[in-house]
This record gives sequence, C-alpha cells and structure tokens, in this order.
Amino acid sequence: MTAATASQTAGPYWHMIDFPEWADLLRAGSGNEAVQGERITLTGRITDGDGAAVADALVEIWQAGPDGRFEDGFHGFGRSATDADGVFRFATLKPGPVPGRGNATQAPHIEIAIFARGLMQHLVTRAYFEGEALNANDPVLALVDDPARRATLVAKPEGNAVWRLDIRLQGEGETVFLDV
Amino acid sequence: MSDPIPYRRPDPATQPPLDAPAYGSTHRRHPKQALLRIPHTLTETTAPRFDPARYPAHADMSQVNGKAALGERIIVAGRVVDEDGRPQRGVMVEVWQANASGRYHHPRDQHDAPLDPNFEGRARIFTDDEGRYSFTSVKPGAYPWRNHWNAWRPIHIHFGLHGAGFAQRMITQMYFPGDPLLDLDPIFLATPDKAARERLVSKFDLEITRPEWALGYRFDIVLRGREATPFEKA
Repeated sequence: MTAATASQTAGPYWHMIDFPEWADLLRAGSGNEAVQGERITLTGRITDGDGAAVADALVEIWQAGPDGRFEDGFHGFGRSATDADGVFRFATLKPGPVPGRGNATQAPHIEIAIFARGLMQHLVTRAYFEGEALNANDPVLALVDDPARRATLVAKPEGNAVWRLDIRLQGEGETVFLDV
Repeated sequence: MSDPIPYRRPDPATQPPLDAPAYGSTHRRHPKQALLRIPHTLTETTAPRFDPARYPAHADMSQVNGKAALGERIIVAGRVVDEDGRPQRGVMVEVWQANASGRYHHPRDQHDAPLDPNFEGRARIFTDDEGRYSFTSVKPGAYPWRNHWNAWRPIHIHFGLHGAGFAQRMITQMYFPGDPLLDLDPIFLATPDKAARERLVSKFDLEITRPEWALGYRFDIVLRGREATPFEKA
C-alpha cells in the first residue's frame, strides 16, 4: 500500500482557479435551475488567531439537495474566494436531512472545506441551521460536548434567507474543525 | 440502507502538520483545539461529479490564442490511483502555476519579474479510465517569498484533485527533480516522512518527452483508499 500523496498549501495565489460564478449554485448553466427548494445565502467571515480577516482563502461547499440526496438532480458543489474582509458567500438551496450511519438521520448541513496560505492541509467544518429540530439528534453535533463549541457549527439566520456562519481558525471562539 | 465504507485515516507522518513553526503563515492560522474525528457519512463518501460539458477541460497552458508562452515547454503526465493502487477515473484535476520567470498571473503577486501575456497558468483535466492525466505547460520559475531572510520557493506546480468522495479532496504541489531549494523549503520539509516528501517530486521521463517539442515529467498521485469491508480480505 502506498500512502496518500501529502497535502500542500494552496498558497496565496490560487485565484487563477477562482471562477466567481461557482459561488452561485443556482446560476444559469449549473444544472440546478429547475430544482425546487428554499433559496438561501450562506455567508460568513473567516478570521485568524489575531481576529484578523483571512482574505485569501478558497472556500468550498458540498451538500445534498433539498431532498437529502447527493448528486441526484442537485449539483451541490460551490467555491467562493474570501474578500478583503475575509467574507465568503454562496447562493444555494437549503439541503434536506441526510441519512447517517446506522439508523441515524443527519440534520440538514453543508460541509465546508477551507484552503489557504498557511493551511498545510485544508480544514473541514459544517454549517448546520439554527432552529432545526433535527439538530438535537444529529450524530456529529452530538460529538461536541461543550454547547459553546457546538454553536460554532450552527449558522444563524439574518433574515431574507441569509444564514451566517463565522469561522475562527484559532483562539477565542475557535471553530470546531472535523477530522474526516 | 447499508453504511458507506469509510476512507482510511492517513499515517500522520505522511502528511504535513497544520502547525508547522518554520512556515510563518501557519502561526495564526492553525487550530489549537484537536480536530473532531467523525465517522464518515454520505457527506464524506460522496463528492461532486464534474461533467466536462459544464467544466470544460483545458490541457494546454503553453500558449494563449496560438501564441507561445516564454520558457521551457514541458509535458506533465501521470496516474491517479488510490492507496490500493486502483485507478481513479474521472477525477477533475485543477492545475495552476507561476510563469517561467517565477511570476503568477495574479494581481497580488508583486514579485519584480515579468508577466507573460501568453501565459495564464491554469489548466483543468480529467483522468481517463486508467487514472491517467496529462497537460502541457512551461517550466515555472522560482520566486522569493518573505517567510524568512532570502527565502525562495522551489519551482512547483499546484494540483487540486476532486475524487469520488469529498474526504479525498486534496490540494498539493508537484516539485521538480534536482531543485536545490527543496532542502531549504519549510513547506516541502514539513511532511515528516522522507519517502512521502520525495513522492511530491516529479521525475524526468524520456517516454513522456516529445522529440523536438517538450520535456516530459511524471507525477503520480495517490488519493485515500477505502477501509476494507468485513467481506474483503485486506
């Protein structure tokens, strides 16, 4: 067996592979135009251990469609560069609940991968949705004992179907990152 | 519904740590809390399918509108397999790099080296049924960075791979054989296992080299494999 190739940082100059339209999962030509569901914006600000904006991150999302299925009618992939204030933003449909292991059900969530200068491996986290009844029984949220830390995985509504999940890479309020 | 088969966990020595003190940008960006290990679910074992009709392939970085980029023309080719040696087909591979002078086609790159109007420095290719990929480019140049005094990155090409599971998603860098900067580079050196580091270095390959046209380099890539199922003998 040969071990998987080592990860290396994306560095600061990755924007040649930034296609800003990919941040809109509902764009013309996405294949998702006809999928019915609740349109949402997922946004947030990424900060470092000093609280400074991470302005050069490549953020990707991966999610199920409104019916809770992956790549079965809904292409659930997006990419957003963070702006000068460290903010990413996606236009998408709210995912449905997804089967978990065993007989578990996972609450609706969007998986987030962060690549950047200074990240030797990408970081993975999830955005759940505040107020979702299924959150109480979600098997991943259940692994986080501290309610304050668990809250770092839960996006908050800001009105107009905007959901906000700020991401702190290090220090006070540090986001829970997943070893996947 | 049966549970998805999880991906194998990497041996930590074969991957660079998030906290790599010699690489200054990690200081304020690495999490200090332990990562939360989660059992793989469909979210990790499925991945986006990239239809080339919507994500068109572009395999030639060595020219723009028929005008040749400056520099030493190269062909980079290799195979993408998993840890069990199984070819990974239909993997979308994204590639980006600096030009022959060591300058990125990027507004924030202020290195005092010339831009090349005929070099944009990005490609997108898909692996075939045997996991093979190939693209044409020019050999990138080394460039300085401010990590420490007189720091220069070894010449490299960035690779991003999208496998069959989101847990396989990865970005890496391909280096070139014989580069004296490798032994001085905190990013390259961060991976503890020497064999794992050396697999990031491509190999000159005369079979990939095309006479009167371009030098060939081989770079094979391994994505995470699946754990054995109870029904499979490891």
